[in-house]
Amino acid sequence: MSATQILFWILSVVALFSAIMVLLSKNPVHSVLWLIAVFFSISGHYILLNAQFLAIVNMIVYAGAIMVLFLFVVMLMNLNKETEPQKNLWLKLAGVVSGGCLLMILVSLIRQASEVTNKQVLLKDGNIGLIKNLGKALFSDYVVPFEISSVLFLSAMIGAVVIGKKN
Amino acid sequence: MPIQYYIVLSLALFCIGIVGVLTRRNAIIIFMCIELMLNAVNLLLVAFSKMHHNTVLAADKATQAGIEGQLFVFFIMVVAAAEVSVGLAIIVMMFRNTHSVDVNFLNRLKN
Repeated sequence: MSATQILFWILSVVALFSAIMVLLSKNPVHSVLWLIAVFFSISGHYILLNAQFLAIVNMIVYAGAIMVLFLFVVMLMNLNKETEPQKNLWLKLAGVVSGGCLLMILVSLIRQASEVTNKQVLLKDGNIGLIKNLGKALFSDYVVPFEISSVLFLSAMIGAVVIGKKN
Repeated sequence: MPIQYYIVLSLALFCIGIVGVLTRRNAIIIFMCIELMLNAVNLLLVAFSKMHHNTVLAADKATQAGIEGQLFVFFIMVVAAAEVSVGLAIIVMMFRNTHSVDVNFLNRLKN
């Protein structure tokens, strides 16, 4: 087993464990911190796949900006475990069973699918994830969606201000 | 690394997100689980992009095939950032009106 494979397994275990802890934590602040751990392990997966630009963007945008926003809102509301409402046990059990059934069905489909058998993912090699190549594609073929996304950001900013304004 | 491992990892993360949406009542946790599902999809898109790149690379050494998948992930992150800002503003407004983030209080549109 090579070093990249060992790293893959470590990162996968960290990601799944942290994702489960997001659900199991009673305190919302702990949930946010576990979700940051998930995002960092997914960034590690991107580095392993040699998608360096996406790894850095994932760290800056998700683990940096979005999760700090979440943490800010959680601390603004002063939520703690006494005030958190709980669903009753049967609804929780039904949710877990339905999610598990979906996972089981999808995994069994993937095991039989002929399109993905004997296909290998190129790890730690290939240059399509580098900033140079992604930037060339982004600013030549995909420049119109890129500019439209700036308009989307502007409308989201105005929308957030309008919604959050006290009236 | 076979593509099946990445598919199963992403499916597991996605289903954990679905279970979180179904079992929790805190609006912020539900929102975080939606982010988890988005990230699972992003990871799968990058893995498929590298898989496609690997298959084309055998025939053409200077190929750029599969770069669209990573650009798509970039745009998903852009949309997710916009979505989070608006969604958290809605949650803050809801907290201001009901003094709770319980989604069960949102079962009617009026009052």
